[in-house]
Amino acid sequence: MSRPGFVLEVDDRTPPLLVHEGLGFRMEDFLLGTRVVYPPEPIGGVPDVEGAIREALLHPVECEPLPELLKAGMRLTIAFDDVSLTLPTMRAPDIRQRIIEQVLTMAADAGVDDVALISANAFHRRLTPKELEHIVGERVFRSFYGQGLLTNHDAEDHDNLTFLGKTEKDEHVVTNKRAAESDLLVYVNVTLVSMEGGHKSVGVGLSSYRSLRHHHNNETMVNSRSFMDHKNSELHASAWRMGRLIGEHVKVFQIETSVDNNVFPKPYNFLMKREWEWSIRDQASMLGVRRGLAVAPQRMRHKIFHDLRAPYGMTGINAGAVEPVHELTIAKVHEQQLVEVQGQTDVLVLGVPYLGPYNVNSSMNPVLATCMGLGYYFNSYRGQPVVRRGGAVILYHPLDEGFNQLHHPSYVDFYEEVLAESTDPAVVGQKYEAQFAEDPWYIHLYRTSHAYHGVHPFYMWYWAAHAMDHVDDVIWVGGNRRAAARMGFRSASTLLDALEMASDTVGPSPSITYLHNPPHLIADVR
Amino acid sequence: MLALEMYRSLPRTVAGKALGGRLPMVGAMATPLRLVTIEPPRVERPGWARLRTRLSGICGSDLGAVSGRTSLYFSAVVSFPFVPGHEVVADLMDDCEDLPKGTRVVLDPVLSCAPRGLEPCEECASGHPNRCTRITVGNLAPGLQTGFCTTTGGGWSQQLSAHRSQLHVVPDGYSDEQAVLIEPTACAVHSALRADIAPNARVLVSGAGSVGLLTTLALRELTPAGEIIVVAKHGHQRELAVKLGATEVVTPTEVLRRVRRLSGAFQLEPDYSRGYLLGGVDVAFDAVGNRASLETALHATRAGGRVVLSGMPASADLSAAWFRELEIVGTYASSPTEPGGRGAFGLATELVAHDAVAQLAKSVAPYPLHRWREAVDHAQSAGRLGTVKVAFDPRKRG
Repeated sequence: MSRPGFVLEVDDRTPPLLVHEGLGFRMEDFLLGTRVVYPPEPIGGVPDVEGAIREALLHPVECEPLPELLKAGMRLTIAFDDVSLTLPTMRAPDIRQRIIEQVLTMAADAGVDDVALISANAFHRRLTPKELEHIVGERVFRSFYGQGLLTNHDAEDHDNLTFLGKTEKDEHVVTNKRAAESDLLVYVNVTLVSMEGGHKSVGVGLSSYRSLRHHHNNETMVNSRSFMDHKNSELHASAWRMGRLIGEHVKVFQIETSVDNNVFPKPYNFLMKREWEWSIRDQASMLGVRRGLAVAPQRMRHKIFHDLRAPYGMTGINAGAVEPVHELTIAKVHEQQLVEVQGQTDVLVLGVPYLGPYNVNSSMNPVLATCMGLGYYFNSYRGQPVVRRGGAVILYHPLDEGFNQLHHPSYVDFYEEVLAESTDPAVVGQKYEAQFAEDPWYIHLYRTSHAYHGVHPFYMWYWAAHAMDHVDDVIWVGGNRRAAARMGFRSASTLLDALEMASDTVGPSPSITYLHNPPHLIADVR
Repeated sequence: MLALEMYRSLPRTVAGKALGGRLPMVGAMATPLRLVTIEPPRVERPGWARLRTRLSGICGSDLGAVSGRTSLYFSAVVSFPFVPGHEVVADLMDDCEDLPKGTRVVLDPVLSCAPRGLEPCEECASGHPNRCTRITVGNLAPGLQTGFCTTTGGGWSQQLSAHRSQLHVVPDGYSDEQAVLIEPTACAVHSALRADIAPNARVLVSGAGSVGLLTTLALRELTPAGEIIVVAKHGHQRELAVKLGATEVVTPTEVLRRVRRLSGAFQLEPDYSRGYLLGGVDVAFDAVGNRASLETALHATRAGGRVVLSGMPASADLSAAWFRELEIVGTYASSPTEPGGRGAFGLATELVAHDAVAQLAKSVAPYPLHRWREAVDHAQSAGRLGTVKVAFDPRKRG
């Protein structure tokens, strides 16, 4: 029986608490009275995954069973979430593989020959063959990849994009031509956090800049309270309008899954346990890992962490019409991640781990670290932000991993050139976004190499826009001073130093709340 | 009189070349330069006068000669021993045609047909004495400029000689430090105008020493250039570059990336070699004169563009010039008939009144002659030490 998340108040018996900071972690002594929000323990996956998948496909929500939708001679497209999910990468077999295999089996039984699989990566980097194989499995990969039927979506391949029309808010809706011209579009999703899934799957994953610019911008993100709560998110409202319009053109059979909080395999599972409950073995593991990381060169630490494969359990699967399916998915995600928190805090403390959606098999550069901390973690709330308006956020990350030239070439220019001029998301967006979005070199690298699209760093910066608008101070503990300053933040050596620095903003005795993640949690702030 | 003299010394030239400016003081000691007491130079011919040096700058070409980096190509157009110093502000010690004794002047150092007492050669007759073909003959010893000729002396001494055709009066109100920048500014004017910049052309200036900064000013003030991207290593250079008209200032490590982004070019990374762009700026200036800077200019210029050699050039990989069909434009000294008809010195004299040049002039570091080793060391590391121009002030005692 898993235990729900809870809020601990640090007292004199509380041991040092684990805080993630990039390719490592530290044991931090929090001040007395600090609130520590722990995520619920893993609620456990369904025991019979194959059976649950079959059940979902045969008894979908507000939709005909999948076999009834499959007809000989039809054109079927299966799109799936890309490598940005799950985090860490799921231990094989990936849920998407299991689902796709069953969908293909049903398609084969129905005599469907025209089948294509598309990674819905939007402006994310193209997946490598190995990454595609990990998601869809060896058999599917072998059958489709060589024939060119397993591909990455190319948001700059204008010959293979279709303009479907405009929403009632005048938003252009562009989607993958193959998907739009299919008789049935099956979307295979993994909802790791509540931002994902729903109409965002097809509406964003298979779109182009012409569509993305309507909701991936500063104004939308500032007005999304938060983007982890799709009913109060401008981002999602726009994606929903687009998704409904897409639904008028192509039948979408949405398959959504949710996973539990079982993110770290042994012997790293102490990372998701409550510190005072660590067994002798957990403590030994912690000490061993900590010592090992302290002496390991950065490249080895990178490998240690990025080779981790999460033993996720699938907590739920629902298929059918997009919107009712998504409501069921979100309920399951909330069951796993929601923690009730009473009232806001003056200072929010966050540990930024080694991994985010955009540095899988890559490096967490300062812009991505900001996106992870001030974007994903800050926005992991329902109701109101954990920190009060005008408060301070203290983040832990060394900001020292540099930039991956293969994956993030435009990030370097964004960091060196754009942030040197202004860190205001609105200002940089207005002046530079179009330049980066239309830069032929970035487009070339996105299409032919494994680079994120040129405009992607702007989106990461917008992701943090709500936080930057909401708080008055952002301080990185252990962060590279130059990197922090470049981004308009400050850095401190220790938590106490950071609190001292923040005292100008929040006073000498602020209330402090530490969100103890990962695993992921959503603070339901009352 | 006291003077610094360059003399022939193979061991010192080789040692200087080996050490370059890398070892403070030691590098300066291993140069064929010495402080001597010599007879003041005097040219007893019409139009010549004696000058008493007020300030004389140390230029990149001087440092090249001192450290043995200058190409042996130039060995045929100098005469040893000579007193260096061609950036000179001085007082006339004699009446000189229309200029009375005591007039403060700066020097156009080129020793063309007129100073040599020759009938104008084709280049001099066409108004380009900087291209004179008679710089080794006539009444003077060989020498491309004052400061490389044994007959005339140079500015790194208490006294030198100059011909009326070389003299330009310094307006009242100009400090000596401003005045000493007129000659390098005239060279920058010449470079900028030689580049034949098209309206709104995108220009790269590789280097932000005095040549690069003054070229930036000349480009902004005298040409219709659009974006001017300046490559600067040091903080004060960045600040000055912006004040002088740069639209972007980048470091040497980010220049290709930045030009690529600004111009929408593609960047290639060849094996074991410097990256280059397909596309890039319309015109690039090498204002340093070393291999890295010249290759930066070559590699950042679009096909069919122009690369201007403002600094005395070093050897470099010219593949881009061939492959991208680049125009290589040499610019040497200055001309009395620049495009537009005006002389470079006249234009330069106006430009040094610019506020940013006045600020730059305040940072000129003057040294007495006997502290020449420190001065040369300082000049070798001028950028790092926050200086744009180091000069000798032979009037100073300590």
